[in-house]
Amino acid sequence: MSTILNLRAIVRSIIRSIDGNRRKAAQVVLLCGAIFLFAGAGDPATRFTEIGHQLMCICSCGQILLECNHVGCPDSDGMRNELKAAIDRGDSDSLVEQSFVQKYGPTVLAAPTTSGFDRTAWIVPFLALALGFGFVIIVVREWKHRPAPAIADGLEPVRGAELEHFRDQARKETDL
Amino acid sequence: MSQIGSFALLLALALSIYSFIVGLLALFFQDDPKWERLGDTARRAGIVVFGGVLLAAIALVVAAFRDDFTIAYIFHHSNRDLPGPYKFATLWSGQEGSLLFWSLLLAGYGFVLRLRYKTDPRLFAYASVVLAGVQIFFLLLVNFAANPFGLLEGPMRADGSGLNPLLQYPEMVIHPPMLYLGYVGFTVPFAFALGALIMKYPGEKWIQITRRWTMVTWGFLTCGIFLGAHWAYAVLGWGGYWGWDPVENASLMPWLVGTAFLHSVMMQEKRGMLKVWNMWLVFATFWLAILGTFLTRSGIIASVHAFAQSSIGSWFFWFLVLTAVVFLFFFILNKDDLRSEHKLESLISRESSFLFNNLLFLLLTLDVLWGTWFPKISELVQGNKVTVGAPFYNRVAIPVALLLLLLTAVGPLLAWRKTSFESLKRNFLWPTVGAAAVALFVMFTPQSWGSIFGLRPWHDISYLYSLMTIFLSALVAFTVASEFYRGGRVISKHTGQGMFASIVQLTHRNTRRYGGYVVHLGVVLVMIGFSGAALNQEKEMEMGFGDKMTIGNYELTCRSFTQDETANQFSEWAIIDVAENGRKLTSMTPVRLVYKASNQPSTKPDIYSTFKEDLYLVYEGQNQKGQPVIKAHVNPMVIWIWLGACVMIVGTGLALLENAPAPVTVRVPNLLERTAPVASGD
Repeated sequence: MSTILNLRAIVRSIIRSIDGNRRKAAQVVLLCGAIFLFAGAGDPATRFTEIGHQLMCICSCGQILLECNHVGCPDSDGMRNELKAAIDRGDSDSLVEQSFVQKYGPTVLAAPTTSGFDRTAWIVPFLALALGFGFVIIVVREWKHRPAPAIADGLEPVRGAELEHFRDQARKETDL
Repeated sequence: MSQIGSFALLLALALSIYSFIVGLLALFFQDDPKWERLGDTARRAGIVVFGGVLLAAIALVVAAFRDDFTIAYIFHHSNRDLPGPYKFATLWSGQEGSLLFWSLLLAGYGFVLRLRYKTDPRLFAYASVVLAGVQIFFLLLVNFAANPFGLLEGPMRADGSGLNPLLQYPEMVIHPPMLYLGYVGFTVPFAFALGALIMKYPGEKWIQITRRWTMVTWGFLTCGIFLGAHWAYAVLGWGGYWGWDPVENASLMPWLVGTAFLHSVMMQEKRGMLKVWNMWLVFATFWLAILGTFLTRSGIIASVHAFAQSSIGSWFFWFLVLTAVVFLFFFILNKDDLRSEHKLESLISRESSFLFNNLLFLLLTLDVLWGTWFPKISELVQGNKVTVGAPFYNRVAIPVALLLLLLTAVGPLLAWRKTSFESLKRNFLWPTVGAAAVALFVMFTPQSWGSIFGLRPWHDISYLYSLMTIFLSALVAFTVASEFYRGGRVISKHTGQGMFASIVQLTHRNTRRYGGYVVHLGVVLVMIGFSGAALNQEKEMEMGFGDKMTIGNYELTCRSFTQDETANQFSEWAIIDVAENGRKLTSMTPVRLVYKASNQPSTKPDIYSTFKEDLYLVYEGQNQKGQPVIKAHVNPMVIWIWLGACVMIVGTGLALLENAPAPVTVRVPNLLERTAPVASGD
């Protein structure tokens, strides 16, 4: 009996050590992945590109700041220089965006913010997605339980195993 | 020309009113033979409307070629040195002319419809009346609100202001007609649907009659949208093809709902289901096409593409209200006749896949509609406008589009009524394995081996979306290929033909189904092209003689820059030598143009396209030393989008072909051996 208990203890300790090693291995893999995935995310050139694509040129061309290309644009060069200077200063993304909003107004942001009424812009599409899926599932369930349409006198509808048999036969015959 | 055009438009309006009123009365008193004959005159009047509007359109084009600047529209949209094709395109280059063009296309569709009335005289009579009603609206517009033949006030001008420089591009000669053929064409299925609703038309015949109309229209709209995207890419010079501008969105919304309709009609045809839904989809498609026109022309929503703000916005608004009220009235009156004939048996079935397909298309439409209108809503609610640009649409629309792509892979493999898990597993195993292999290959092939993707640092979710797009696109491609293969194998087994000949025969026997699959393959190519956008690169540099710039694998060297002049424009351009890995590939010449008539500058990028990526150079202007400022973009896989669009159009054409009759199979060598007929139905 004691041998069995000892064996159990040994197995447990092995499992624990394996679990511990696995946990450590998983942590190392996650860490490496995170380093790999997020490497470069904060360098100035990347930030310039990312934030520059979240801002609009205000010359009424309706283009993203970094995509504004119309000849002789009076605003985009200055705005790009401001953005570059802010990034070189080390301003955070939100601080850069706030300073642009203060200077040029809320239309300088290429997408609505996630505060106040603007939040509804983001909520509605995902709410519609969720409601839509729910609605279709309810409709399908409802239709499944709807009584079958009446068929001609004297004919019994094919159901259950017999129906499956015919389906299999049809699939075999058509090979589809 | 002005008088001929104006008279022709008034005549067309009078005939349309006759066609509408008499046609309506003839339907009301349909048992009276006298009214039946009058009804035929209404149909003929509708046919003649086309002649009237065509005459007006010809008058406008002739005025453009004769440089008749007494007509205000010609003065504002043409000039003497404008090349001939663009003078022809004057017809649709401005507000008034494009409305005339819209009327012409509508009259053209009406002309064909009324000639084919023998297919089902009563239903066609209803559709003819609805079309006449819509035609009256557009003819009222061009006669009284936006007349293209209005005369220029003040002294006679020696030359016109010229066509907008951005429109002076070959695709602009065909893009608007394609788009308008799409927009206007959706009036026809709507007219049949409303007609069927009013007359409580039994069965699915109206769906079968309108199927080809809808597919043709959808094909035109698809073509128009992609031509517009290509024009934006090749002319506007910002390096992209889709900017989520309200005018672009206006064309996308009816396309999305129209696509949903093309799928859901199959439910009504095959299973007698979704009758109410289809009615609403047809109406929504038509309504969104008009709404798009309202957006473009009312000035209510700011857009760089929009026509000048004008009073016709209110005309469109009330027309939208009127059509909605009329449709709603008849829907409420006759909705009991639209009951479903079958019930749905399983969540895992072709029927439910169509339901989810429709849901996702409508959600995408809702996202686009919501984003387009949100600036206006925000202004009304909180008093200040906000911008809803690409970052918003990319975040809300891409997940839905990916789900739709997944469904494109899953849907065709599901059986009608019910699919067993075993069959699902059997059909999906190899396509899924194949797609996963493709995704892993794309992900783990190093960039040094020429891969566009490869393992790369994570900046945002767009790279993940790109990989998911590749996986799902491969899944769709494999499932479509497996459909062709399995169907082809059956025919091959029974006829002894080779696989290719069997697949051709299979496609010919059910053109709609297999043409649809070809369209899906086109969508796959387009989606692969879109996925490259996450990996775009760009760089800007002032380039004097011999200066070099490196972007991606390319080394650009400025060989020269110079100027030129033609009758229509001045130009400045740079000559850039392009080398890759030390080997010269080509020379590129991005240009900046200034059009003399309008004194408007414009850039025309130069694009070097390969299947891997586009090198896209823009001449942005000159620095203070007179050297060109060149912006270079490397845009991966853009050519796949244009290729995919072509495949989609080919697939649509294929789906429009008549089915070949299924031959009776007889094996000569062994007459005792039983042969089974081959089914290739949906």
